[in-house]
Order: sequence, then C-alpha cells, then structure tokens
Amino acid sequence: MKNLQADYFEFLELPRNLTIDLKDLEKRFYTLSRQLHPDLYARKSAAERDYALEASAVLNDAYRALKDPISRALYLLKIEGFDIGEQGTKDVPQELLEEVFELNMALEEDGPESVQGRFVEMREAVDAELLHRFAAWDATHARDTLNEIRALLNRRRYITNLIDKTNVPDRV
Amino acid sequence: MFQIEFDSPSDRVVGIDLGTTNSLVAWMNLGRPEVIEGEDGEKLVPSVVSLLPGGEIIAGNAARAALIDYPDRSIYSVKRLMGRGVADVQDELKLFPFRIAEGSESVIRVALGEKTFTPPEISAFILRQLKKNAEEALGGPVTKAVITVPAYFNDAQRQATRDAGRIAGLEVLRLVNEPTAAALAYGIDKRKEGIVAVYDLGGGTFDISILKLHDGIFEVLATNGDTHLGGDDIDNRLIRIALEDIQSEWQEDVSHSGEAVQTLRQDVIRAKEALSFAPTARIEFDWHGKQYRREIARELFENLIRDIVDRTLGPCRDCMKDAGVTPEQIDEVVLVGGSTRIPLVRSAVEVLFRARPHTELNPDEVVALGAAVQAGILAGTVENQLLLDVTPLSLGIEVYGGVVSKIIHRNSTIPASAGETFTTGVDGQTNVLIHVVQGERELAKDCRSLARFDLKGIEPMTAGFARIEVRFLIDANGILNVTARDARTGKEQSVEVKPSYGLTDEQVEAMIEASIDNAEADYRAAQLAGARVDADNILAATDKAKRNEAWRTLTDLERAAVDEAVKQLQTAYHAEDHNTIRKAIDTLNEATHKLAENMMNTAVNTALKGTRV
Repeated sequence: MKNLQADYFEFLELPRNLTIDLKDLEKRFYTLSRQLHPDLYARKSAAERDYALEASAVLNDAYRALKDPISRALYLLKIEGFDIGEQGTKDVPQELLEEVFELNMALEEDGPESVQGRFVEMREAVDAELLHRFAAWDATHARDTLNEIRALLNRRRYITNLIDKTNVPDRV
Repeated sequence: MFQIEFDSPSDRVVGIDLGTTNSLVAWMNLGRPEVIEGEDGEKLVPSVVSLLPGGEIIAGNAARAALIDYPDRSIYSVKRLMGRGVADVQDELKLFPFRIAEGSESVIRVALGEKTFTPPEISAFILRQLKKNAEEALGGPVTKAVITVPAYFNDAQRQATRDAGRIAGLEVLRLVNEPTAAALAYGIDKRKEGIVAVYDLGGGTFDISILKLHDGIFEVLATNGDTHLGGDDIDNRLIRIALEDIQSEWQEDVSHSGEAVQTLRQDVIRAKEALSFAPTARIEFDWHGKQYRREIARELFENLIRDIVDRTLGPCRDCMKDAGVTPEQIDEVVLVGGSTRIPLVRSAVEVLFRARPHTELNPDEVVALGAAVQAGILAGTVENQLLLDVTPLSLGIEVYGGVVSKIIHRNSTIPASAGETFTTGVDGQTNVLIHVVQGERELAKDCRSLARFDLKGIEPMTAGFARIEVRFLIDANGILNVTARDARTGKEQSVEVKPSYGLTDEQVEAMIEASIDNAEADYRAAQLAGARVDADNILAATDKAKRNEAWRTLTDLERAAVDEAVKQLQTAYHAEDHNTIRKAIDTLNEATHKLAENMMNTAVNTALKGTRV
C-alpha cells in the first residue's frame, strides 16, 4: 500500500530535485500505473477499489506536476512552505514592475508583433537562469536558492502574461 | 437426451457501443473480441425506439421499420439529447423530429405517442435489446457491461449514459471513450510502440484522440472533438436540398409530414452510402404516388459537404498541439465511425496527418470490439493491456465576478484530483455553495454548468475562520466525485449535490424500480418461450417414437404412462408459468426413458443384422 498523504517526490520515490530524467519519470509512472490503476481492481472489494481510485489519482497528479519543469518547481516551493499566491505582487521587485510597465506601454503603442519577439527572448533568458538555479538547488538543497527560484518564476509569469496578451496564434 | 452445459461465469462482462445511429454488443470469445448478432442475424442494432399503439416498446431493427409507420411514436438519435437541457437542444429541434414534452427543464422528456420518457430511459430500451441479444447468444444472464461514450462527452452526458445502463439492469463497470476503445481493438496484437491518432466521425459526434503506445499501455496524450458533428449533419444537408427541389417540382411542401421526412431521410442515406463506392448515385423518393428522382455526382456531393468535413480539422490540429506532436511524429491513423467510409473524409485525414489511415477493421464495429477488450481487462481475462485515458474538458469553480478558476486541466490523465480550501465570507455563515463548471472559457456563464455543491452544517464562527477542504476527483469514467472535510476537526463535511442537468439519484432509482418490473416480465416471457420450444421438440420426438417398432415392446402400463404424460404436457403447454411446462417435460422424459432405450436396442439389432447379411 502506498502512502497517499506522501508528497509527489516521495510517492514516485524520487529525491526532492528539480532536474529530473523524464525517461526515468515516465518509467516510474508506467510501472506504478500497472500496479495501481482501477482497471486492475474491478473484481476486488469496494475498499480495494476505493484505494485504487485514490492511489491512481495521486499517481496521475504527481506525474502531471513533476513532468513539466515549471510546475515541478512551483510544486516544490509549495511543499517547502513558500506561499505562491496567484498574483504575488508583493514580492515582485520594483525594477521588474518598472520593466513590465515599459513593456506594456510598448505593447500598446507599437502593437503586439513589434514586442512579442522581445518577450519571448526575455522568457528564454529566465528559463536559462532557472536551469542554473535548479542545478544549484539539487546540489545543495539550500533554501536561499528557492527564494531565487521563486523570484524567477514570478518574473516568468509576468512575461508569459504579456506574451498571452500579444495573442499571436501559434498553431501547428 | 442431451444435457448442454452452459458456462455462465458470473463475471462475464460485455462491451457495448451505444451509438447515435446504431448500437452493438461484443464479448471476448476465447481471447478475441467478437460482435454478437441479434436473433435476426444482424450485428448492428439501430438506435431507434418505438412505442407501438398496443403499448409495447420495441427497439432496434423492428423499431426502425416502425419509424415510417409510426413517426410520432418513434425516436432515433436520442444520444444527441443525453445529458442536455432544453435550452441546449433548440438547434437540434429544427433538424430532428424530437417531440419535447411540456415542462421539460433541466431534464428533457420526449413524447412517444401518449407517454413521455427521459433520454436515459430511451437509451435503456436500446441497451435492454443488446442485453437480450447477448443473453440469447451466450446462453446466460448478462449483468455487467462496459459502455462507450464519445471522448468529448461532458460529465452530464457521461452520467446520463451510466444512468441508462443502470435503468437497463446493467452494472456499468466502466465508461470508455470511443476512440480509445478503437485503439484497443486495433492495438491488441499490433504495434508495441508509437504514436497513434484515432479519427472517429460517427452519426452524431466527432472525436479525435492521440495516443502513445508503450508495451501494452495505451496512454492518451490528448483528445478533442465536437459532440454535435457527424453523418447526421450530412444527411440533413441532403434532405434540405431535396425538400427544396421537391417544393419547386411538386409545388408542395412535404417538410411538415414526419412520415415524408423519415422516408426521405432513409432514401438520402441510401444515396449517400452508395456515393462512397460509386461515382454517382440517385435519390429516389416516392410519396403518395409522386416520384422525385435526383442524380448526384460524387463531385457535387463533396462540394456540398466539404465545410462539414473541414470542421473536423480544427479539433485535429488543436489535439496535435495539446499532445505536443507534429504530423510527422504520428505513426498510424485509425478511422472509426460509418462516416469515415466517405472518400472525401479519408483524403482529408490523409492530407492532414500525412499517413494512410488504417481501415482493416469495420469502422462500424471497431468501437464495440474495443469495448469488449476493455471488458476483458476488467474481468481479468485480458492481461498486460492498460488504458490511461484523459478528461476532455477542464474542470473549474466559479469564483468572484463569475470568473472560472481551473482546478483540473483538460487532457489530464484520469483518475485526477484537485483540492481546494473554502471559507465563509460572513460571520455565522453555515453553508458555502460551490458552482462547478466544465469548459475552457474564462467566464462561468460560457462554460457548461455541471453542478452546485452545497457544503452544509458549517459551525457558525467569525468570517474567514472556517476551513473546508474540498476534494474534486474525476474517476476513470471521467465522472466527477466531490468530498469535503472540515480541516480543523477533520470531520467529513456533508455535501449536497444539485446537478445542473440530468437525473438525481432518487429519480434513477425510481426508474430502476419501474424497469425491474419490466425486466422481470421480459425474463419470464423469455423463459416461457424457451420452455414451449423444448415442449414442442419432445412432443414431436415422442410422436415419431410411437411409430417406431420399439413402441410395441412396451407394456400396456408403460404405453399408458407415456400417453398420460403427453396429455399433461399438452395441457401445461398453455400455462403462463414456465415451471409447470418444465415439470411436464420432465415427466414425459421419465415416461419415455424405456422407449428411448428400446429404440436404441432395436437400432443396434437392426445394424447387427445388417452386418450379418
């Protein structure tokens, strides 16, 4: 029986690291799916069926949260006790607010196409920086690093909102 | 006499494709999925239900025949109404002869003659026909089933389907998405690894799913679709054109006659189907001595339906994007649904996915076959195959300002869950109402209202102090379950569910009660008919035996006993209780035992004599 109250890293028997081998994660997901999925409990007792339903929901939620690096980092911040509110304006550094203000102006004055490239570049820079911080966390598990990661994630969210505002459809 | 041993394992599970136009039932026969035929030898059971003037309800092929004789007492395409409210179906009502009863609101009631039924009850009549076909073919009761639904069905539509199963006396072990079922049917002994797209264009719904296959695991990466797009739309377009033609040719509008439109619908469908194989086809419509004939070339047909086919392409592109795959990465494409026989549909799919689609399995049967495989997985007879499906629509709760806060995103693998903590906004507040919606839009009013959950009996305290943890869990059927507990006390919190559409549990229970009476009557009638067939057989055999020379080898007493037993069975034959007939059959069996033995000996003696000559 799996501990259903465990955090997602523990549930998947992984250390609380932010760099994850996706092939290995997928393998764990498939292996546990073959043990926990409700289909395998259809002829079992009601209590066992309930367990399968709950356990496979946790498994799927865990896989979903850890598969994507951004949601993985957000999840880690949450279980490490950081408050990651929807807006998070309080913690946004003043220089970012000013930068965002300027970019918003540019967006309104020059139209979406002119600034979208810049926003995407900015996000790429944040992502590169995040990867560095992820590696730093994995090496030391130092709380300060999580503070930096949180600031970067906040910054990233602002930029993503701006990209969404420019609303250039990116169809396949 | 022979004794036939039926194997009737109690955990036999059948797979059912409950389609808009046709329905099928299948089972795993020695490890292979196989569609079960009805007693008329047909695999397809038309999804048509009729209430005959005598009060008898019929479904399937018999009902399709009744569609023309009693258009006001018959219904088809009821799947379009499943889990929907009256306001949702206004567009359908312009095209389909549904007679919505007065007073229908969150649950539609449809009139058949003088009676009214909910869509799940009507679907239950179709399911009961399939159940009966399976029971006759397999020689034993069938009480457990896997039923397929369009992948893009929302919670209410899924619940309505499960309710239909329950009303029909079936324990619905699982609802499976139709395209995923099709992938199971194809994948059972095919490719081990790869990306597969399933394009499913049925009578009334369109689904696209993209799956990743990995050593027996079928992981759905994304799904998309349109629950109101299918072959019916093509039929309606042809009907409208034919009606306009007829109006100008005959100076007569026949569109108000249900009978005329029904006849025309079947004529148009024949032409449409012929066009999949021939370059031209003719619509031939005869009505009250008048004739309408129209030749349609495939090219014209394709121009007429091109925009309908194109409407499937947007969901396909979105699905690839959500799955994170490009057309080049898709290894195989599987076609499902009768409408994929149309050459234009096939070429559109081929162009989009840049792969020649698979058509080895009959597109009408593949979903039922896959449902049977899933039934086998649940029954434990199919091993190493596992389906990991997703929820097609995001689940959200309405927050301040009517905005939706998404808690489970679409294409999340199910079962999936999310937790939210709620509190009170006013001092002393004892209940909190949560409005749950499904859909992708920002505002709750643009999404599909699913239900309102009332957290009741909260201890009165200062505003903002209560902490109620609510867990939203989408199960493997794609159906939402909600539980809540008080975070401070850890006590289970009572939740009252007010579904926005569909039946409450009490209503379903009442329908099951009513149907048990019917089901029992059906069962008794079947038993009675079976006993009479056996009686006919043994009476005929006895009659024949009395003309055999062995008859004279019996004593007077033995002969009298046989005659008496025959007379008893002839009397019992008309009894309404199958047990009475069975008992009389047993008595006659007993009485003819010696006769049968002597006949055997006579035959042996004759044979021996024959060798001596």
